Amino acid sequence: MKGYRKYFTKKVIWFAITFVVALALNFILPRLMPADPVAAITGRLVSGSSDATAAAKVYEHYQEEFGTNKPMLEQFWIYIKNLFSGNMGTSFSQYPRSVNEIISSAIWWTICLQLPAIIVGWLIGNLLGALAAYIRKGFDKVLMPLSLFLSSIPAFGMAVILLVFFAVNLKVAPVSGAYGFDMIPNLSWKFIGSVISHYQLPFWSIVLISIGGQAVGMRSMSIYELNADYVKYARFLGIKDRKIVGYVFRNAMLPQVTGLALSIGTMIGGALVAEIIFSYPGLGSVMYSAVTAADYPLISATTLIITIMVLIVTFLLDLVYALIDPRVKAAQFD
Amino acid sequence: MKNTLRQVFHSGKFVAGFCIFAFILLMMIIYPLINPGNPLERIGVGTFAKPGTYVSLYDTVDTETETFKLADADDKRLAKILSDSDRVSMVEWLTQAEVDLTGVSMNDTEKLLDLWHANYDDSIRLKGMTKAQRNYYVRLNNSLNNASKADTLTVTDVDPDTNEVVEKTKIQKTDYVNVGDVANTKTLPLGTDNFGRDVLKELVSACGTSIMIGLIAGLVATFIGLLLGLLAGYLGGVADDIIMFITNIFTVIPSFVLLILISYSLGQDQRGATTVAIVIGLTSWVWTTRSVRSQVISLRNRDHVNLSKLSGHSLMRIIMTDILPYIASYVVMAFILQVSSGILAEAQLSLLGLGPKTTEVPTLGLMMNWAMLYSAHLNGSWWAYFPVILTIAGISFSMNLMNTGLDQVFNPTLRD
Repeated sequence: MKGYRKYFTKKVIWFAITFVVALALNFILPRLMPADPVAAITGRLVSGSSDATAAAKVYEHYQEEFGTNKPMLEQFWIYIKNLFSGNMGTSFSQYPRSVNEIISSAIWWTICLQLPAIIVGWLIGNLLGALAAYIRKGFDKVLMPLSLFLSSIPAFGMAVILLVFFAVNLKVAPVSGAYGFDMIPNLSWKFIGSVISHYQLPFWSIVLISIGGQAVGMRSMSIYELNADYVKYARFLGIKDRKIVGYVFRNAMLPQVTGLALSIGTMIGGALVAEIIFSYPGLGSVMYSAVTAADYPLISATTLIITIMVLIVTFLLDLVYALIDPRVKAAQFD
Repeated sequence: MKNTLRQVFHSGKFVAGFCIFAFILLMMIIYPLINPGNPLERIGVGTFAKPGTYVSLYDTVDTETETFKLADADDKRLAKILSDSDRVSMVEWLTQAEVDLTGVSMNDTEKLLDLWHANYDDSIRLKGMTKAQRNYYVRLNNSLNNASKADTLTVTDVDPDTNEVVEKTKIQKTDYVNVGDVANTKTLPLGTDNFGRDVLKELVSACGTSIMIGLIAGLVATFIGLLLGLLAGYLGGVADDIIMFITNIFTVIPSFVLLILISYSLGQDQRGATTVAIVIGLTSWVWTTRSVRSQVISLRNRDHVNLSKLSGHSLMRIIMTDILPYIASYVVMAFILQVSSGILAEAQLSLLGLGPKTTEVPTLGLMMNWAMLYSAHLNGSWWAYFPVILTIAGISFSMNLMNTGLDQVFNPTLRD
């Protein structure tokens, strides 16, 4: 357990540093740009009015609100302080709702949609990839190009295709939203049923995409392992095929876990865009409406939340990886 | 080199991918030659015109006609006039009037019309029918009767001097014009989009821009990745520590988020296609750095590299002649993946509304964005978005295929 603790501490420190850098980037990037965001907001707010003093007042007000008139370092402290006291500001476009309120209502939709979808897609994809590597022949010949093609379709493209086919043409699924537009979220069977029927299309569009990529990766990993020396040796020893396959797939699985940890950011990004197609009330749609309305506090909060989500998932995957692969722990003793 | 190329082109997967990509590239070059002009020109006033050939109605009147007597012409004409909702209303009326409808399908125009003409009578008052509904049936009946009765249509003109209406020509039901004789026809293989632009022309041009964005992004990312990877791997020590520190951080922070932040901060006016491409490249070098570094580390202490060092060759020369050739295949594969993910990144950014400026060039992402904004997917205008999705999928599929093919050539353990 000693090795694991060392690994764990090291990982915690790493993620803490990454988190601080992410915070800093989220803070600095928009402020580094030549355009003055406050001026842009003021310009939009007072457009049409010719009163210069009013415009200056509005500008000063927003400068005060964002604190852009203070030195950079002080601004950063205020930003961090606000963040840790759980205050991410007020949304422009959905005034007077606070950014916290908008994000906290959206984040659960995103988590409940993406987490199960990515896990299910990962499992099915790995199973299919392993089967393709083991069976080869016809199964592989069909599955391989198919998964390659599936993984080439962008997530939003798959979303549109599923939406048009099942919701618009066959009318077996609802077109948009996460529950019936005539409903208020509550705990009745009718509401849960509506949520489940709205859940299907976004869910399967993410699953289908991730199946493709994972199957391709797992297939080459398994083929690589099947040709490894220890497999040949085990065969010479006369160990049963079934048992060897068990070992092989355990070893092939390991890089797939890291692969998932490393690609989770990209996957979540793609799935967020797919949310827009379904008008699913998650973070993707929030970000979309924030961008269209030039709602700066909301955009920066969404990007921050997404970063934190990705950080947490990657961290957990790293921990799981060390648990299932003893070599990682062993490396800590060197 | 020649040998490697021959080996690469023996791989079925690579050749398949290469052919698809070459086909897309050829289309991009040839189509503008056949159909030149500005791809952003708005030719249609309405939105989402269906794909097909459009014939100028005005010109057909003056075009020389031929007479054909076709047996099913009347039926076809009627079938076209009768909309689905009209058919439903007719069946409703007939059912209410207690006519036996067994064996008659709604799409069987002939039988439906026979039954209608045999049974319809505007004096019959059906229970529960409002006056408006009765009038609707009278109108429907009249239009059906007119369509089957009148043999000629008179085209009139207003005399500019006397303001009198004069007969210009008579059009018989049996008059046909040759499409080739009509002065103005326009073939739109993929219809028009929400702005009334020719979708195919726009798609070809967008495809070119998107591939260019992918290439620039790929070049930028590969260059940075290669440089940092070589430095970190070959120099080691402090340089390695610093570079890996940065790389590890950017592996975990999703590049998608950075892309959004930078694009948003740049503002709409600053975002040309090239800028977006460079920004995409700047946020996606991490992978190349990691793989190049680990490759270089395993190469660093090989005998031939040590020999070069002992011979006093410069750092540049060692890297160029002793290290680069060994990692070239990895770099090429990474580059191909960067290009396809760059195209995808642009599309996703544009869907969020953070893509390149909309006024200069079309890109695949922008076309998708406009189609979605104007609900093309909900109003059945498949031609506005489906070809775009197919093109994106086709480009990345071809690149993935090429990559898998290369992988199998350079990693013999993966070969079939």
